[in-house]
Amino acid sequence: MKDNDTPRTLPRQSATFTREVNAEIRRAAATGIYDIRGGGAKRRVPHFDDLLFLGASISRYPLEGYRERCDTAVTLGTRFAAKPLELAIPITIAGMSFGSLSGPAKEALGRGATLAGTSTTTGDGGMTEEERGHSEKLVYQYLPSRYGMNPDDLRRADAIEIVVGQGAKPGGGGMLLGQKITDRVAGMRDLPVGIDQRSACRHPDWTGPDDLEIKILELREITGWEKPIYIKIGGARPYYDTALAVKAGADVVVLDGMQGGTAATQDVFIEHVGQPTLACIRPAVRALQELGMHRKVQLVVSGGIRTGADVAKALALGADAVSIGTAALIALGDNDPRWEAEYNELGTTAGAYDDWHEGRDPAGITTQDPSLMARLDPVAAGRRLRNYLNVLTLEAQTIARACGKSHVHNLEPEDLCALTVEAAAMAGVPLAGTDWIPGRGGY
Amino acid sequence: MTTMLDLNETPLRDVNAALQATAGMQPNTAFEIVNPRGSHALAVGLNAPISVRIKGSTGYYCAGMNQHANVIVQGSVGPGVAENMMSGTVVVEGDASQYAGATGHGGLLVVRGNASSRCGISMKGIDIVVQGSIGHMSAFMAQKGNLVVLGDAGDALGDSLYEARLFVRGSVASLGTDCVEKEMLPEHVDLLRDLLARAEVEADPSEFRRYGSARTLYNFHIDNAQAY
Amino acid sequence: MCGIVGLFLKDSRLEPELGAMLTAMLVTMTDRGPDSAGIAIYNADAEKPFKITVQSPEGDTEFGTLADRVAALTGAPARLERKGSHAVLALGRDRAKAVLAMIRSDFPGLRIMSQGNRIEIFKETGLPQSVAEAFGVAAMRGTHGIGHTRMATESAVTTLGAHPFSTGPDQCLVHNGSLSNHNSLRRQLVRDGMRFETENDSEVAAAYLTHRLQEGRDLGGALRDGLADLDGFYTFVVGTETGFGVLRDPIACKPAVMAETDRYVAFGSEYRALVDLPGIREARVWEPQPAEVYFWERAA
Repeated sequence: MKDNDTPRTLPRQSATFTREVNAEIRRAAATGIYDIRGGGAKRRVPHFDDLLFLGASISRYPLEGYRERCDTAVTLGTRFAAKPLELAIPITIAGMSFGSLSGPAKEALGRGATLAGTSTTTGDGGMTEEERGHSEKLVYQYLPSRYGMNPDDLRRADAIEIVVGQGAKPGGGGMLLGQKITDRVAGMRDLPVGIDQRSACRHPDWTGPDDLEIKILELREITGWEKPIYIKIGGARPYYDTALAVKAGADVVVLDGMQGGTAATQDVFIEHVGQPTLACIRPAVRALQELGMHRKVQLVVSGGIRTGADVAKALALGADAVSIGTAALIALGDNDPRWEAEYNELGTTAGAYDDWHEGRDPAGITTQDPSLMARLDPVAAGRRLRNYLNVLTLEAQTIARACGKSHVHNLEPEDLCALTVEAAAMAGVPLAGTDWIPGRGGY
Repeated sequence: MTTMLDLNETPLRDVNAALQATAGMQPNTAFEIVNPRGSHALAVGLNAPISVRIKGSTGYYCAGMNQHANVIVQGSVGPGVAENMMSGTVVVEGDASQYAGATGHGGLLVVRGNASSRCGISMKGIDIVVQGSIGHMSAFMAQKGNLVVLGDAGDALGDSLYEARLFVRGSVASLGTDCVEKEMLPEHVDLLRDLLARAEVEADPSEFRRYGSARTLYNFHIDNAQAY
Repeated sequence: MCGIVGLFLKDSRLEPELGAMLTAMLVTMTDRGPDSAGIAIYNADAEKPFKITVQSPEGDTEFGTLADRVAALTGAPARLERKGSHAVLALGRDRAKAVLAMIRSDFPGLRIMSQGNRIEIFKETGLPQSVAEAFGVAAMRGTHGIGHTRMATESAVTTLGAHPFSTGPDQCLVHNGSLSNHNSLRRQLVRDGMRFETENDSEVAAAYLTHRLQEGRDLGGALRDGLADLDGFYTFVVGTETGFGVLRDPIACKPAVMAETDRYVAFGSEYRALVDLPGIREARVWEPQPAEVYFWERAA
């Protein structure tokens, strides 16, 4: 028998050592540096897709679309602030830094949010004129680095968000590689041009909730007790962190699950630290309820919000609003297939491009390169974001009406069922077709 | 004319509001604050070239985010004095706790006594003069500005330093990662002389040593991985 | 996450005022810890009985029964002094072991707060002011004392979860910060025979020190051992029958201020706690260095 007639085993790719894993081992061996990238967790985790709304039929009566009102307005910061933020829709734009994003991209976010009646948020790099000028309501992030932090901008802001952590990297700092530290970015951050910028993981002048309470007092005294103070936490220990944020005096808690994005951090951090958004909401809501603060301290949930269904599900689980980052960038034009040829040149493909920190974004959003930046028309991009926000709102209203609700905030966990045991356990809703909530009632 | 404010009688909110109401005013407005008794967030967010004299010790974040004002504390201060200061002058006649001058962008902070740990952490352009000694991790991630210490410095001075300049007359317990001693050039002597004069401190600039960034962390290199 | 105050008197003329001084200090730390408060006080009682402090939610009935049982066991009328939800039992040293065993086996509703020659611990949930008033702390005298106001991080807001923690005779510990390896350490200490009442990280630190002391280390040595074995963030203040110690972790983020005069040593999480102490303006005031053991001892 000839050799090539002998039956052979088929080459088999290891499920443990996949092509991606092997490529990463080779890359690490060649470069000696961990993989840094942007975005949030890419692995599959239990998510809002694993939940379904029950809808109304005979026992519950639905509302008529377009005829019977289903309100969406939400007020953030009603606990202590003299001037709470009144938003037309329960969807806000998450914090993203100038530096990580271009000036026109920040402008587009402001334009889109303003047209939709909601707020946008600064990031780790200070407040730019582009976003202040084009954002009717702007939340000013107060971060460990304090880049560009100044009292004038603090007073120009409509709310202050003290960032303790973010879902992509709870417990971690950040790193913006030198390519993006241009003259303007460096100037705003008081850094030399072209160096890697390292962001600290803890705030420089407080540690823990007892100090945080005093920090909040200071910020309120500087801004005359007018502005809502948000505390943003990553999805690490949502029950305790929410309770402590409330005890420290927060007006609003922003809770970011592991699918939440970042401009740049270690891939190992993004994929292996933190809990899925779905698993974070109920513990946070329970903490608020136990303190008698649910709906008094508002809860904003972020990390993987894409559709009006996601919005409605987050609200049903107890959130007062949601926040979008990655989805907003895609609405502006990030990872658009029209730039496929250029993505290919960068060794990637539209939809997978995540080297935002390298500053070579073909879509002109996560870059400081003037020729790339010029590709984004902030007016047109702002309109796209407005359209997208309106669609999210309409979708959430559609679902809320189908559940018989005249306000999206009247959605409840009892309006939901879960498709998987995992999602049922995490969201605290019954598995579809049963009354079984894993982990409850002694199961 | 000097306005007296007594924290035993006037709530903190009203004291700060009175000080902040001077925003945009011309100089020569003076305030004296008595009975601070360690209050937090006192004289924060000022935005005018007024002078404020605090008679006693304060708590956290005294004179935080100061702009233009001249604040003198006749006592000691808690953590984060003059944090994120933009301009103006803050003088502490006693000691300062942790984080003195943290993330300050400008202005002058003078501590006549000692400052404890993390003095000048993440400073971004402020000038800090400490007549006594400073604690550990001072000038951590300091980006810009000058830190002058007449006494000694604790462990890990200038860890992960950027472009801030550190001048220490006494001993340094240890230098942090990427912080090295640098030559005192005539320009540094001049700078130091000016800083000492502005702080109204008698000292000979030639007795100081200068420390700064070795800049080995400025762009990632695997051989420095132990430092991350 | 919390506020800490402590006083170690050198001048015995201040002893009648210890409780009043500590109460005032404790109340200034209310913002740092509104959940619960507690105080350990070391009383230099001339006749030196052995003291057991117990707590009961149903004090009225339980304490009465306890007094009868102790009298029966010791053959003498029990000396039981009620203070709020707590009661201090004073008895002869030779009967202490038997009484402790009897309380543990026959009074499951009673919690033993402290035991020793001098220590009394009083702690409850609620604001520091009301806790101090409930026990009449201001009227207490003593040689040294430690107080704590708690903002609970991960463990429950309960009486037992309040500080100080006492895991050995005349020992107590209070903590500001958050340990990161206490679960593993607790399992090890349980294997070594230590008992735990709560899931609190601070109780692990207390038990760790007690265990080291049982192994023959002095307090200073036990605290130094802790630098290697306790991970996370902490400022500890500890008391023993005759001593008072302070330790901050090597990172030392949590605040700590100390003052010393020829009459006392004082500790506060913030300077505010110290402002009304006699002669504070002339005191040496400093912040304890990271990873450095501070320890004061008086004649027994």
